[in-house]
Amino acid sequence: MCKRHLSALGMWLSCVVWHGAFGDERQQELRYLLKHDCGSCHGLTLRGGLGPSLRPEALAGKTDEMLLAVILHGRPGTTMPPWKDLLSEEDARWLVGLMRAGEVR
Amino acid sequence: MRCPGLGLATIVAAFLCLPEISAAECLTRGTGDLGLVVERASGSVRIMDTTARKELFRVHGLGDLSHASAVISRDARYAYVFGRDGGLSKVDLLCGQLVNRIVQAGNSVGGAISQDGRLVAVSNYEPGGVKVFDADDLELVADIPAVTGPNSSSKVVGLVDAPDQKFVFSLYNSGEVWVADLSNRFAPAIKKLVNVGRQPYDGLITPDGRFYIAGLFGEDGLALLDLWQPDATARRILNHYGRGERQLPVYKMPHLEGWAIAGNQAFFPAVGHHRVLVVDTGSWLEVTQIPVYSQPVFVVARPDGRYVWVNFAHPHNDTVQVIDTKTLQVVHTIKPGKGVMHMEFAPRGEEVWLSVRDKDEIQVYDTRTYEMLATLKAEKPSGIFFTARAHKIGL
Repeated sequence: MCKRHLSALGMWLSCVVWHGAFGDERQQELRYLLKHDCGSCHGLTLRGGLGPSLRPEALAGKTDEMLLAVILHGRPGTTMPPWKDLLSEEDARWLVGLMRAGEVR
Repeated sequence: MRCPGLGLATIVAAFLCLPEISAAECLTRGTGDLGLVVERASGSVRIMDTTARKELFRVHGLGDLSHASAVISRDARYAYVFGRDGGLSKVDLLCGQLVNRIVQAGNSVGGAISQDGRLVAVSNYEPGGVKVFDADDLELVADIPAVTGPNSSSKVVGLVDAPDQKFVFSLYNSGEVWVADLSNRFAPAIKKLVNVGRQPYDGLITPDGRFYIAGLFGEDGLALLDLWQPDATARRILNHYGRGERQLPVYKMPHLEGWAIAGNQAFFPAVGHHRVLVVDTGSWLEVTQIPVYSQPVFVVARPDGRYVWVNFAHPHNDTVQVIDTKTLQVVHTIKPGKGVMHMEFAPRGEEVWLSVRDKDEIQVYDTRTYEMLATLKAEKPSGIFFTARAHKIGL
């Protein structure tokens, strides 16, 4: 019982910290990037296109580390480029969070 | 006879419908100078009068237009819009109405209209293949799955129409080009060319309908097919155009269309390099590579072929450059704003319309003076399609 409460508190805290980690402006830029530039290939609703779906259900079986690696280093031999020249690891983690929350529609 | 009363529900419904156009509002005018602008985030399109440079209609309900393109009916009355969600929408440009819409696949990327204008084909990612519909009523007439083995199929890209009632397209995953003869609409005859190259990502057909060219993503080079040679195989042109240099990360795929041809030269985006490739269309040998601002997405010739306009991938999509085809130099650079998605020339080339996504507007430029002549509001505009395409092979 206690564990559940603590874990809920932990999640809330990390959510607060996560949202607080960036300024609003960077958050807006990343949201826009995800929808419109990632969306160019993954669909503006992130349901997939040239690239696969980025909806929460499609990402469920994948670890954060794997998703980070794909975002930052791309998938050689496919049309997914490495974004490390344009995104920091912090940026990429935030994007993963956004995708998992299914907030971009 | 007494008139029937109008129920409250009907009155309310009528007011709710007010923003929609009724049949009585169809315009009586020419369609030759109309254009369709895709609004990629709102499932809508705007129909524009390119002479008056003003909007005529906004049409909603076209589904997911994240990556959408259109072809124009033979009579230039309708646009067939191909949406990301597999939607095929028929839009009446004179009445500003969606007259028919079907969802024919899970995920699709583009389409074409047949030589005789009676068939519309759609290229699908999921399930991979091409479906062909009657242009009048959108009934399915043929289904061509891109099955390449017992357990494999491919996404289809680069679909174009070709003379003699054909469609030509590329199979991204298996590196093939197929030529489908739809003379018997219910029984397409397919010719398959295998091993054309790794990951063809798009294709174009030259304005004379003779050469189909597929750009390759998996290697430096393009595949060329001469449709005048019935037993031809695809041959490689511009092989190793990267000159051994490392490919840059490609944040947005380039696009190929028939307006890459200017006079006796063709201009192609180099994938992963800041260059436009120039090839002689007689010999298909490289003429030169022109250094440009960033990675090209669209390389579009002005209809007279004197200039070629280029836009670029993220993060440099705020810039457009103009190449003079006589000197093969960049002669002008424009900064329309962030998110230049597409460029469309008026049929005789005096002006060009740019979609500037992040400014929610279309910008119209004089192609002689580079003066911006007008802006038109459009939400997250992407593709722009003028009705003049109705009379062009491959568009």
